[in-house]
Parts: sequence; C-alpha cells; structure tokens
Amino acid sequence: MSRKRVFACHRISPGTAWGEALLSVDDICFYLVDPQTGIVLEKGHDAEGRSVSGKVLIFPSGKGSSVVQTDGLYHLQKNGQGPTAMIVRHPDTVLVAAAIIMGIPLVDDVDEEFYRLLGSGRRVTVDADGQTVTLEE
Amino acid sequence: MELTADERRMLEGQDGEGTALAMKILVGIGEAFRARRFAGISRAHVALSNQEGDLWFAEKLAAQGARCRVPPTVNPGFCLAVFPAEGMATPEETAMMQRTFQAYRTLGARLSFSCTPYLFDNIPRLGEIVAFSESSATPYVNSVWGARSNREAAQSALCAAVTGVTPEYGLLQAANRKATVVVEVDADLADDFAYQLLGWVLPKKIAHRIPAFVGIPGDVSPEALMNLGAQLNTSGAVPMYHIIGVTPEAPTLEAACQGQAPETTIRIRQGDLDAQLEELSASPGPIDFVMFGCPHFTIRQVERVAQRLRGQRLKTEMWILTSAYTLNLARRMGLQEAIEAAGGRIVADTCVDQPCWKHLAGKTGATDSPKCAYYCHRRDLRFVLRSLDGCVRAALKGRVE
Repeated sequence: MSRKRVFACHRISPGTAWGEALLSVDDICFYLVDPQTGIVLEKGHDAEGRSVSGKVLIFPSGKGSSVVQTDGLYHLQKNGQGPTAMIVRHPDTVLVAAAIIMGIPLVDDVDEEFYRLLGSGRRVTVDADGQTVTLEE
Repeated sequence: MELTADERRMLEGQDGEGTALAMKILVGIGEAFRARRFAGISRAHVALSNQEGDLWFAEKLAAQGARCRVPPTVNPGFCLAVFPAEGMATPEETAMMQRTFQAYRTLGARLSFSCTPYLFDNIPRLGEIVAFSESSATPYVNSVWGARSNREAAQSALCAAVTGVTPEYGLLQAANRKATVVVEVDADLADDFAYQLLGWVLPKKIAHRIPAFVGIPGDVSPEALMNLGAQLNTSGAVPMYHIIGVTPEAPTLEAACQGQAPETTIRIRQGDLDAQLEELSASPGPIDFVMFGCPHFTIRQVERVAQRLRGQRLKTEMWILTSAYTLNLARRMGLQEAIEAAGGRIVADTCVDQPCWKHLAGKTGATDSPKCAYYCHRRDLRFVLRSLDGCVRAALKGRVE
C-alpha cells in the first residue's frame, strides 16, 4: 500500500476525481489543446506534446480570451479527453466559469508542501466538496 | 454569499429554470472568489463566438426560458449575408451561425456582432459596474473608461446579463484596481503597431499584476489603446492597465498605485519590441492575403487603408473586418468603393476565428495583430506581422520585404 498525504484546499468547482498528475509551469489555454487527443499544441509551452486526457491537471492559471476555455473544455469533454480535475494557484474568472459549466472539479489554495512533494506521474485525488487534495507517495 | 430577496427568488427558479441556472453559476463564481454579495450591473458585453461550446450554453439558457434583464452587445461570428452566398461557409456552418443568431435573439441580446462596442454603442461611465467579456473589451472599459468589470468569460457575462447582477470581487473593488508594477516605455511609439508588440511582450514580464505605464504620450489614439488591451489580455490575462496622465484613475503615479509603493519597476526598450516581432512573425517573403480587423477596424483605420489603396490594384486578397456601424460609414463615405476597386473586401459581423476562412488554411498572410496570428494557428493560417501600412504595401506587392 502506498502512503497517502492529505492537503487542505479551497473548492471552486464541485466534484471528486482522481488521476495521474500533469504539472505545467505555464498557464493553459484549452483552445490550443487538440480536442481529439488532449495533447497540448501550443508551441514552446511547458506541456507541449503531453496529453491532459484523464489527468489531474496542475497549473498556475488559465489564459486566453473570454470564449476559448469553455469551448476548448467542451470539445475535450465531449470526446472524453478532458482532465479529470484541475488544481490552480491563481483562479481567473474565465477558467472558473468554464470549469463550473463543464462540471470539472477545480480547487485552489493547496498547501505549498503539496507542490514540493509533487512530480508529474504521481496519483492525485481532488475532493472539491470535502476541500482536500490527496497525494499518493 | 448573502443574497437579496430578488437574487434568492432567481436562484430558486421563480424566474424560470434558465435564470436559475445563470444564478447558480454566478453563485459558484462568487464563492470561488469569496465574494460576499452581488452588485447590480448596468451594461454587459458577451463574447459570442459561434463555437459549439458557446452555442450549447446559449441554447440551453434560451430553451430554459432565460431572458436578459440587461441586454448585452455581442461579439461577431460570421456574416450570414456574405459568406454562405460566396461558398465560403458550408450549409452546416451556416446552419450553426443561424442557430447562434437565433439563440442570442431569443435571449434578448443586442445583435451588434462587434468586438469593439466600447468605441461606439456600449460605453460605460467612470465607476459604472459592468460585465464585459471579450479580451479587447475588458481592458478598454476598465482602463480607458474607468468602469469596473472583471475579466469575464463569455458565459459568466451572459449569466450577468440574464440576472442583472455579478459577484462583487476583484476589479469591482477599488483596492484591487491599483497598479503594482511600473512599466517605463522607452521605445518608438509613433505607429499604433508598437502597442500591439508592447501588449504582447509585457505579460511574461509582469504575470498577473496591473501595470502603470510611464512614457506613453497623452495623444495616444483609441486604436493604440484597443491594440494594447487586446494583446495584454490575449498573450496573458491582464484586464486592466493605467497610463499616467492619460487614463482616469491615473492622474499621477501615486494615484494609480493608491499611495502605495509599487512592487517593482521594469523598462521596455525598442529591442524588446523588435525581438517580440521577430519571435511572433513568419519570415518575410511572398504572401497570399492580408487580414485586418482583430479587433474590428475603426473608421480611422479604414480611412487609412482606403487612402493608401486609391488608384492601385492589390496583388493578394485583403479582408477588413469591422462593425456594421463602421461599414455603414465606409459605404456612405465611398471608402468601401475605393477598397473594392483595388480588389479588397470590407465586411461586418465577422471574426477571424471562424470557419469561413478555410480557403486560407495552409497559406501565409500578413496582419497587424498578434492576437489574429495566435488564434488562427489552430486553423493553420500563418502570418507575417507588420504595421497597417506595412501590410498594405505587402498586399500591393504580393510580398513582405
């Protein structure tokens, strides 16, 4: 059995989900993610060439103009290629609205210790309703 | 959140399911940002996009009976009078645009189909609380007009238009509107194109902070400010800026920073703008088309293009996207005739990021807008970036030198 560490967080969009962690140091625009595969297309992006599909996506903030996040996530969800949950440091209205409307759990305000222990590929559970993030070691 | 009796009534569905859904989403956003209450809005602008996600949500609200308490102006899709007849939009694409048109009409939106309402038909006063989505619009109303809007999603702005309220947080609160980084601009700003590059280069250096610009002249044009905000808020997420001595909340640097010391001062030099242009632009050489109007061209920009085209013939396609308001002026003033005589086109109600441009896929064009190049990457349109005059010269020669 792997050891689990539980961290407090703040709920933004409700729900519970888990998946492998995908960490991006760059902000994400879901419009520049391939809706068929979930692969980040944006040139020079920290996550370029990696897929968000089925992942718990951990990134600083959303970016891009006011329509693109909802449409990007809509297509990913419709094709079953969206992230299972998202963790951000700086929530922005465009991303928050998109996550709530598309029903993807989203939290912020996770303890810094979580970020120190985290690496891409680790399994993470986001319980937005219980306001916890669990990292399996 | 504390809700008034009217807000609770909407949430509980007494104004119908669609209004209740809009209210539920706004409460979710309010709780996410720890807002304590709602504020009434007097204006809204919805970044309609005619994309599947946008249509899905607008139709859902409309079908559930939602109607806008505050009729919003809306962004462009593509012009139904032009593109289907010319074979540039398929019957499926046309049907989708017709559905978008109908959904927003049912919702009670003002069908203005322009991304620049802040220049002519939806202009707030200083301090007015509004909900403006669209990346060029939010910075303009906050910064130039001094109205108060968060960086709304198209959907959150539509929810605000339906309910007439928005959660009170972020830029609605005076303390959050202060500049925390000073940006000294030491570059040639004579051409409005410089502001496109300035807006694109800055977010990487200042992240999510509100900048106060020093060194931007008092006679800066509305087009330059439109460009600056559009790029700041596309390259990054910067929904507000101050310009000392120009914008209404920044008579002095001290006022812009609300009496506090800025966290840092950075300097943008000509070399930063030149390097940004080099990074964003495709290599000079032959081009197939020129795309103008992201954001929609103003009458001043249309006049400038028309003057430079008179008596000449374009070697490439040229498209100028604008508002119905500006197109009407251009028609009355003979500018449309001049542009068409040279082989160019000027159309209203249309965005660069629409399916009607598929004949340009795989081709290289010229544009003055980094935002245009960034979003059209998805549709496989490549761009050399140049100033408005540089793009016109390129269209006349068929190449960018």
